[in-house]
Parts: sequence; C-alpha cells; structure tokens
Amino acid sequence: MAIESDVLVIGGGLAGLTSALSAARSGADVRLVSYKQSTLRNASGLVDILGYTPNGEGPLTDPYDAIPDLPSEHPYKTVGLETVRESMELFDEVTPQYRGSHTDTNALLPTHGGTIKPTARYPAGASAGVASDSRDVLLVGLESMTDFNAEHAAAHLDAAGVPFDVRGETIRFPGELRADAKVTRYAKMLDTNSEVTVRGRKKPVREAIAELVNTEIENESRVGFPAVLGDDHTAEIRQELGEKIGADVFEVPMGPPSLPGLRLEDRLFEALDEAGGMFETGNPVEDFEAEDGHIEHVLVEKNGAMVPYSADEFVLATGGLVGKGINSDREGVFEPIFDCHIDHSEDRYDWFDTEAFGDHPFASFGVTTDDRLRPLDGSGDLEFENLRAAGSVLGGYDFAAEKSGSGVSIATGYEAGNHAATEAQ
Amino acid sequence: MASVPHIAVIGGGSTGIGIARDLSMRGVDVTLVEQGNLTHGTTGRMHGLLHSGGRYAVADQKSATECIEENRVLRDIASHCVEMTGGLFVKRPEDTEEYFQKKLEGCKECGIPAEVVSREEARQMEPHLAKDIDKAITVPDGAIDPFRLVVANAASAKEHGARIETHTKVTDLLVEDDEVVGIEVEHASGAGKHVHGVEGGTEEIYADYVVNATGAWAGRIGDMAGVDIEVRPSKGVMTIMNIRQVDTVINRCKPKGDADIVVPHETTAILGTTDEEVDDPEDYPEKQWEVDHMIDTLSELVPMLEDARTIRSFWGVRPLYEPPNVGSDDPTDITRDYFLLDHDERDNLQGMTSIVGGKFTTYRMMGEEISDHVCEKFGIDAECRTADVPLPGSEDFSVLRDYMDEFGLRSPIGRRSVERLGSRADEVLKTDGPNPTVCECEGVTRAEVQDAIDQSGSDLNAVRIRTRSSMGNCQGGFCCHRMANELYGEYDELTTREAWDELLQERWKGQRHALWGQQLSQAMLNYAMHAATQNRDNDPADGTPIDFSAFDNGQAVTTGDDAGATDVATDGGQHGD
Repeated sequence: MAIESDVLVIGGGLAGLTSALSAARSGADVRLVSYKQSTLRNASGLVDILGYTPNGEGPLTDPYDAIPDLPSEHPYKTVGLETVRESMELFDEVTPQYRGSHTDTNALLPTHGGTIKPTARYPAGASAGVASDSRDVLLVGLESMTDFNAEHAAAHLDAAGVPFDVRGETIRFPGELRADAKVTRYAKMLDTNSEVTVRGRKKPVREAIAELVNTEIENESRVGFPAVLGDDHTAEIRQELGEKIGADVFEVPMGPPSLPGLRLEDRLFEALDEAGGMFETGNPVEDFEAEDGHIEHVLVEKNGAMVPYSADEFVLATGGLVGKGINSDREGVFEPIFDCHIDHSEDRYDWFDTEAFGDHPFASFGVTTDDRLRPLDGSGDLEFENLRAAGSVLGGYDFAAEKSGSGVSIATGYEAGNHAATEAQ
Repeated sequence: MASVPHIAVIGGGSTGIGIARDLSMRGVDVTLVEQGNLTHGTTGRMHGLLHSGGRYAVADQKSATECIEENRVLRDIASHCVEMTGGLFVKRPEDTEEYFQKKLEGCKECGIPAEVVSREEARQMEPHLAKDIDKAITVPDGAIDPFRLVVANAASAKEHGARIETHTKVTDLLVEDDEVVGIEVEHASGAGKHVHGVEGGTEEIYADYVVNATGAWAGRIGDMAGVDIEVRPSKGVMTIMNIRQVDTVINRCKPKGDADIVVPHETTAILGTTDEEVDDPEDYPEKQWEVDHMIDTLSELVPMLEDARTIRSFWGVRPLYEPPNVGSDDPTDITRDYFLLDHDERDNLQGMTSIVGGKFTTYRMMGEEISDHVCEKFGIDAECRTADVPLPGSEDFSVLRDYMDEFGLRSPIGRRSVERLGSRADEVLKTDGPNPTVCECEGVTRAEVQDAIDQSGSDLNAVRIRTRSSMGNCQGGFCCHRMANELYGEYDELTTREAWDELLQERWKGQRHALWGQQLSQAMLNYAMHAATQNRDNDPADGTPIDFSAFDNGQAVTTGDDAGATDVATDGGQHGD
C-alpha cells in the first residue's frame, strides 16, 4: 500500500519544519521526510528577519519597516508583510525558549567572531548578552577552544563601540578532556554535572567552573561563555552558574556544530510531533512521477528500494547550495529532485564576484515562484500545480548579506504550509 | 673593498633564497629583499613536482641531467620537504611508440633510472589509471613543498647571519659611474618581520654587489639601471583536487602538450598545466577554459577526475629566458635552462648579475653557480656546502617517531605535524598548554601556528604557507577566525582584524576557479558562516558607529519558562561613550 498524506514536506530544516507545522495546525494530514542532518547545525541559532537591505544599508532597527521596499523578486515580497508577521507569531508560540518578540526592533547580539549582528529573535540563553544593555561584560573562553578567544572577542566588541566595558579571560575547562574535545562533549559534562578532580578534590563540574570564573570576575554583572552550556538542561546550567558567580550568564552563539541551532531543531521537531505531524529522517527523495503537471508521488530510497510517497500537495524545502536543494556542475545550476528551473548565467565565471564579500550571484540562486510559492519554469509557467517551495531553495535573496535566512524560511515555510493545507482539503 | 663583501639579493623565491643560503654559508654578508611573502612569485605558484628529469629527457637533456642530480641532493638535504612518490610516464594507445622509446632512451642517457611497466603493473600501482592505457615508464619523480623548502633555506641563511626582509620592494637601483652600488627599497611595515599597521619607510641598502634573482620580474629590475633583460614570462594553470586521486606523479608520455601531469601533494592532487606567454607577470587573464581543459584532458589518464571535486585553481608565471638570437615562437620551445647574465660583460654595467630561467628543482645548483661567480669576483676561496649540509628540519631525521603520546596529538595529526616540521618537531610541539587543532583539514595545531607567527609576524598568509593551515578542503571556512584568534595577544585587535581580512580575501581568490558542485556548496557555507554568523561583511568595528540605544536592549523578557536578563540598565546604552 502506498504511503499517503495530504501534504508531503521534503526537507527538515527551518523552512520544512515550519511548513509542516503550519499545515498540521491547519488540520491537514502532514508527513515530513528529510535526508541528512539539517543546516541548522551550521546556524548560530539566532533567528534573523532582516538585518541589512540588499544594498547593504543597516544594521536596520526595524526589519518590518524595510520589507515593503525590497525588490519584487524577494521572497518577503512574494508572501507579503502581514504573512511575515503571522509566521513570526507562530514561531513565537512554539518556541518559548526564544526572546525578542516584545518588540519589532532588532537586537544586536555578540557572536563568536567577536563582532555583533542584528537579529530579531534570540535564544533565552543568549539574551543577557544583548549589546544594547549597558551592564559590563566578562567573556570567558576555554583554553582548548580555538573557535572562541575571549580576550580577542572582547577587544573586537570594544572596537565595535559597544556601550559597556567588556573584558575577556580564558580558563582551562576542568576535568580530563582532550585538547580536541567537541562542543557536545563539554555540553554533556555540563548536562550531567559530572564530577571532576580539581587539585585532588572531586567536585561537580558546574561548581568547578564557577570557582574558576570567580577568581577572574571583577564587578561585571554579565558573564558570557561560548555556546557549550548543555544540550538538555541548558537553562538549569545557566541558572546554577549564574547563582554561583553572582551574574547573569549567557552564551555567545558559535559556528558549526552549533548547539543553539541543534536545540532549535529539536524543539521544532517536538512541536511538529505535538501538532500531529509525522516525520521520518535518513532517506532521500530520489525521483517522482507526475502527470499533466500534477505530481502523483515522490520516490523515497529505503535500503536500495524505491518507495512511493503520494500526497495531494508537496512542499520543496530542501535548502539552498549548502543543503544541496540546489546543486551545480561545470555546465550549470539545477534543482536535483524535480529539475525546477534555476535562473543562472551560462558562464560560471558570472556566478561570483571577485571580492570575498562582494555581490555574489550564487548566493541568490534558487527557484522563482508565482505568488503562491509554486516554482515556475524558464518561460514563467508553473512547473507543477501542486508543488510549493520554501526556504533557501528559493532564489532572489542573499540571506548571508541581508541576515534574513531564518525569517525567510519561517515566512515562506508558513505560507507554503498554509496554502498546501488549504488546497489539499 | 671590505674583507667581507656585502651582497644584496633581490627576490625571495627559491632561487634568491638558495643564493642567500649559499653565500651566507661561505661567510659573505647577505641582505635579501622580497616584495611580498617568501615564495610570493613563481615559487609559491607551482605544482610541487620534484623533477626526475624525465620530462626533459628527450628535448632538453642538459636540464634533464641537472634535474636528476638535484633530485638526489634534495632528497638528502631537504628530506622533510620531499615525498618520494615515484612517477610514471603513461602511454595511451594514441600516443606514439616512437616517442615512448625516445623517452626511455633519453632517461637512460641522462642517468635517470627508468623501467617499462605493463598496463597491468601500472594499474596495480595506480588503480585509477584509465583501463585502456598501453604501458608506462617509471621514473623517480617526487613531490616537494616549495613553501617549506624556502622557509627552511631562509632559516638556514639567517642562522649564518643573513638579513632577510620580506614585504620590501625595490624601488630603484643605486648607480654611480656605471656601477650598481646598492638598492633603494620601501618596507611595507618597517624592517624585520612583517607587522600590519607598523609604519614602513624607504631605505637605501648599499652593497658591494647586487644579485637580481627576481625571475619573471627580472626585466623590471633591469629597467631601473637601463639594461634590457628579455624574460619571457609564460603562465600555467594548476588545479587542486580535494583528495589524492593518485599517489604517484602521473605524466602523459607524449611530446609537448598542455594538461599532462598530476602531482599528488599532501592531501591533494594538483593538475597541470598550460604554457602561454604573457606580457605582465602580475596581470594576465585567468580563464575558465584553462581549468576545464585540465579536467577534460587529464581525465583521459585518470577518468575519475572528470567528476571529482576541485578546491581551487591558481596560475604561476615561468621566468623563461632565451638568448637574444634564438627567437622561439612557442613558449613550450623555450629552454628550461638557466642563464647567468653578468651585466658588466653584457651591458658595461658593473656590480650586478641577473639569474634568469631555470627550474625550481635546480634552485640549489643555480644558487651555487651564482655564488661561485660572486665569490670569484671578490677573490673568496670558499667551498659550496649547500649540497651537503641538511636544511633546518631535515637534520638527523631518519625515523618518524610516534608523537601521539608525547604531544597529546591525535595520531594522524601528530604524524602530519611531524612530517611538516621534521627535526624541528620537538622544539615546536613541546608547549606547556593544551595543543588543540586549528585547521582540521590539514591537521595543523596551535603550537605550529604559534611557531609560524613567531617567525613571520602578523601576516596570516605567511602563517598559512608555513603550516598549510586553511589550505585544505574547506579553504579556510572553518579556521580563518581561529587563526585570527591565535594571532590576537601577540598583536592587537586592529592588526589582527586586518590580517584576518587579508587571509579571507586571499582564500577567496583561488576558489573562484573551482566554483561548481561541492566546492560551490562549500563556498556558500563559508560565506554564510563568515557573513551571516560572524558578520565579517558588515563588521560595525569597520564601519560607521552604531546607535546602540536604537536597538532592543533585552527588556521585557522575564516571561516564559526560562527567565532571561533582569535588572537591565535603562539608559539605552550610552554608558562609557
């Protein structure tokens, strides 16, 4: 018997999860299939809506203000300002661990690169670090962690003109960790509050860390650590450290593997489960069958067999170049599952700018859609009547330059999921 | 003339640095100046082949004989820079038997050990060779790290008292009465190690003799004294693959041709190359067809290259020279031999000799010849010792020790560190603190990066070439900021930020020629990490000041299951301004 559902979402990142969630909450029978770990593990866990305009103006104080002036091909223009707001309401509702919903104004958050970036929502764990708070900060680095040098980050924040005094100190993480220990290893020790030996005496690791920080802290009322403060018990760890140190504790978002990104992914899968959505991970969608511009089913590879998954409506949320929802070879750029049209120059030397942070066309590669997020072919006709696209697989915006990745995924995921649910019922 | 003459050497590539080492070992005072980093010119832009001489065994037997001699010397004095991979000249069915036989005989005539192997034997050695090749000739080709070799030569020259100035550009030759008496230079950042943001300045360096070892740039130095040096720069592309598809150097056995060699180098394989004359060694077109040509043509020898991932491409400029009366049209016909141009004999300009042409593999021999020439002028009777005394890092280094326990390094990283450092491993890796990995692709640890910073100042590109950090598959995506983190402390934040941005820009430069498939995906990930997460493209520290009070200060966040900041200040963030 074929596997059937009203809506089938392909992709388990922020766009796919939001899309499945919004379709499920609209009452549709939803199934999400994803292949590999999503790109959320690469993301800082900060949820940006819009930090800079496509012309590089910013940091923007109010992301919503700038949306009406975006170019027409921008996904925010496709879904419209009201949808962006509604989608953020859904996000806020399902992620009580996030902050920033009390205002339309962007926050400026320090990151491990040592500078600050504008963002619309931030994990509670990062909230005591906002740069517009004027309390002094002590950043604490870990000697073995090459990704974050607290003294360097502090000096860099100071150069960025933050309105507080900031200092960095480096400690050696207590316990017998290898020099190359992964962030998950630190997190695990903190989650379980493992015993470590300090100068011959055994004590819980959280206490040992607090003692080390207490020898360094002066009168700072905020203390920032790299984002390794637990995976399952992050709030509890922060609170305990905060009480022992006598300051608000926060995490500085980091690059991959990013615990805040993974925590967000976990939370959204949980929310999808609560909303009654089905999901399965680990098997790729390899092919599909369609008739008269209508997709009948996709074929999922399972242990070498091709299993058909049929649905009324399909959502393509497979990601961009990083997530491999968009792929390329020496001849061109393509969308690998449905071969949806991707607008690009035939000369691959037109795909990039010569400056590292120039205006890179490749950053905006993706499918073009109608106003209901359905991919269009090269002549502007629908590829399929029952396929919608969401997230980074969409073209027309450079999320890295704009700092708009999460917001576009949430807004287009929400819209695609809603439309799909409506059409399917 | 002083009893110990002072010689100025211009050019910090393999030739110049080889001369500096040789002369300083003979007790001569040497100052070497280089406009960029060491290896900034052609030396840093080659495929890393340690020639057996096989490539020249038919058409240029003098060069071939020199190559095999120097091949043996370098294996001895520079063991930590050389990997003896062996090489194959592979004949495909469409390549002529006649040329195959000529190659074999030529090798024998030049003293290059060469044996014929059957298709089956060749494919046992290299399983990814095409199924339809005919046969092959084995030769002792190898891979050599040009950066490591030049840095080791520089270290040796310094030990013998030489002064080495990088980021120091010659702006003029000092000429008095038809004699070159020195050079005028401009330091990018003051004498000594290169440090960003340190005021540079000009300096007149008087010398008893000047050696122009600037390769493809030799004509520019000649112009400063009004002498013509007709270097014919010829560009060649090299494309780096993400893995070693082959462990042996693979040459195509046919007369001349583009895209006829694959050199395994560290974790990568390098495809080469083209040969096209250019007007300007610093400004020439880099074209897509050249990269495509490498992949398409070399796939005839190694079919898996067709769909393999390339991580970047780069171009180098050969400093070819031919005497004025030859007049070859095609740069592939120009000899690879080197020429010593004594401007006194040639142009009635005393006090300077230029050395042009030649190959990386014979850099030491060129250094020896020009050092002999200089010593003769000053009546110095000193033996050349560069062929006998191992380079720093290659002394007493017969067995790779297991450093894993000793230095707490994971085994593959320990092995690679020790291979790079050679006999300096003890000195560099013994540190007090933990020694985490900075560059995972290339297995480079903090201790190595710190050692390179000690040697080269605040220039992270110089750290890169010394350690290979940021030169692997991710092309610096995951480690550029880590390298900057290592630099901070020794240098201040602004200096660090400038060095970091330079490194990012340099890493981007070569990747642009590999942007499709997985490497385009990697480039997008790098861009996202650097721009979206780190905000390196819009760093407020670089731009106009921000009004922090206009942004969310984290208030009204005390609801929910997970209380956040409390007791926030309410002045909107003007404290301290």
